[in-house]
Amino acid sequence: MSQELLPRDEATLKVASPHEPIVVFENVSIVFDEKPVLQNISFRVNHGETCILLGPAGGGKSVLMKLANGLIRPDSGTILIFGEDITRMSEDELYKMRERVGMVFQESALFDSLSVEDNVAYRLHENQVPEAEAHERVVEALRFVELEQAIAKFPSELSGGMRRRVSIARAIIAKPDLILYDSPTGGLDPITSTTIIKLVMKQRDVSHTTSLLITHRLQDAFTLAMNRFDSETNTMKRLPNNGTDETTKFLVLNEGRIVFDGTTMELVRSADPWLKEYLS
Amino acid sequence: MPFVSPEDFAKQKIGAVQDYSILAWQAIANFFSRPRYMADVYTQMDLIGVGSLPTIALTGFFTGSVLALQSATSLKAFGATSMTGNLVALSMVKELGPVLTGLMLAGRNASGMASELGSMKVTEQIDAMRALGTDPVRKLVTPRLYATVVMLFFLTIVADAVGIAGGALVSVTMLGMNASTYFHSSYRSLEYADIVQGLTKPMFSAFIIATVGCYFGMNTKGGTQGVGRATTQAVVVSSIFIIIVDFLVSRGMIGIFGR
Repeated sequence: MSQELLPRDEATLKVASPHEPIVVFENVSIVFDEKPVLQNISFRVNHGETCILLGPAGGGKSVLMKLANGLIRPDSGTILIFGEDITRMSEDELYKMRERVGMVFQESALFDSLSVEDNVAYRLHENQVPEAEAHERVVEALRFVELEQAIAKFPSELSGGMRRRVSIARAIIAKPDLILYDSPTGGLDPITSTTIIKLVMKQRDVSHTTSLLITHRLQDAFTLAMNRFDSETNTMKRLPNNGTDETTKFLVLNEGRIVFDGTTMELVRSADPWLKEYLS
Repeated sequence: MPFVSPEDFAKQKIGAVQDYSILAWQAIANFFSRPRYMADVYTQMDLIGVGSLPTIALTGFFTGSVLALQSATSLKAFGATSMTGNLVALSMVKELGPVLTGLMLAGRNASGMASELGSMKVTEQIDAMRALGTDPVRKLVTPRLYATVVMLFFLTIVADAVGIAGGALVSVTMLGMNASTYFHSSYRSLEYADIVQGLTKPMFSAFIIATVGCYFGMNTKGGTQGVGRATTQAVVVSSIFIIIVDFLVSRGMIGIFGR
């Protein structure tokens, strides 16, 4: 049943061709307190792709994620989401655009005064979805993240990993066309991190949702790139012949600049000395 | 603390005034378009109004009581103790009721708003709300603004009534005055202009409490320390604004009504 939640009606997408990009950054720059945080960032993420953002802390990854959702505006450059320039949108237009975007925040950002059910159903309640239908969809979303038993709990009663899973359930409940994961495994133990990565992979391989994912754990990034989700056994399986997932690409940021944009194989074969040191 | 040039300081302050004005305008205007979060308005009315009732009643009662006690001592020198009710009623309705209720509510609710919204800001809940397609000003600020305006109006009436009753209790039990004389004197002293003045001030105070509290909350930076700073600033700024605006409204009302 959880899989019923995920297959998406692609006819609803404005971007008709699967080869057209969902996210396009063109020469995007932003400065905070006279310090350049991002400088001339240009990249694109195509339909169905998962773009993993790597880089040292303070490199501007979270800022880039917020820019992609229109939560902050760049000082210069253009950001196209679903083919529309969000840098020129009014706040009301951005709210409409965000209905097609799910976001998982670094610290989950669950509403602490609402129960898990109300957190996950937040968007449905805002859209006046009938209570019975909303409850059913919350149960489906929580089943997807294997957290049905926590439906009546409050965020303060959950562990860090459980909060991230609730946050993922909240992000996917409206069947978004784009998911932004801001360090979903940050601060979690390796076992819980793997559980979260499995959920990200499940979303990628079952629903083929376009996504951007920030991670500080290279292990998580390569797990995503070298495995696929097996729906029958509900487990991750290594791709045959040490292969890599073609829809997963990497973007590496350092000090506000892109130092790498390409596939997994291109990344591991890169001769860039800084990149080699970072990956070692 | 880093040194800030006068130019940057001025820019920061002007920017803050601009941000505050935009927030206040949006909070007012949101009520005239959909979606309206009426459930949140009622929740806030309960928290702000019903929740503040004991505090406001106690403050009003003892203010009226002490006013009767102090004024009777002075009036006695002129043989005018029968005017105690007059003085208590006028003071409570025109000045002390609105101002003290506003200040008490600023201490209780401006701080509450700043800390609640500030905590949401530093834990990215405000960003999450925006990411989920909800306007945080519409959802969080507008209900608090309208709930405060409505409830402070009624709380001021309660404070006025309880204050006059407190004055009566002191006048009758401690000063040996006749209850009928006290209430008659109180009633006769109040004119239409006094009531209008006394009930106009809470509207301004409520606007200040809600917008200042929410402004500092929505602009909180710097983790838990920032939340504490925002809370303190909200109480201090709203209290000062209430007293300044009280003076301006009093002056305006005297200009209009002549008393």
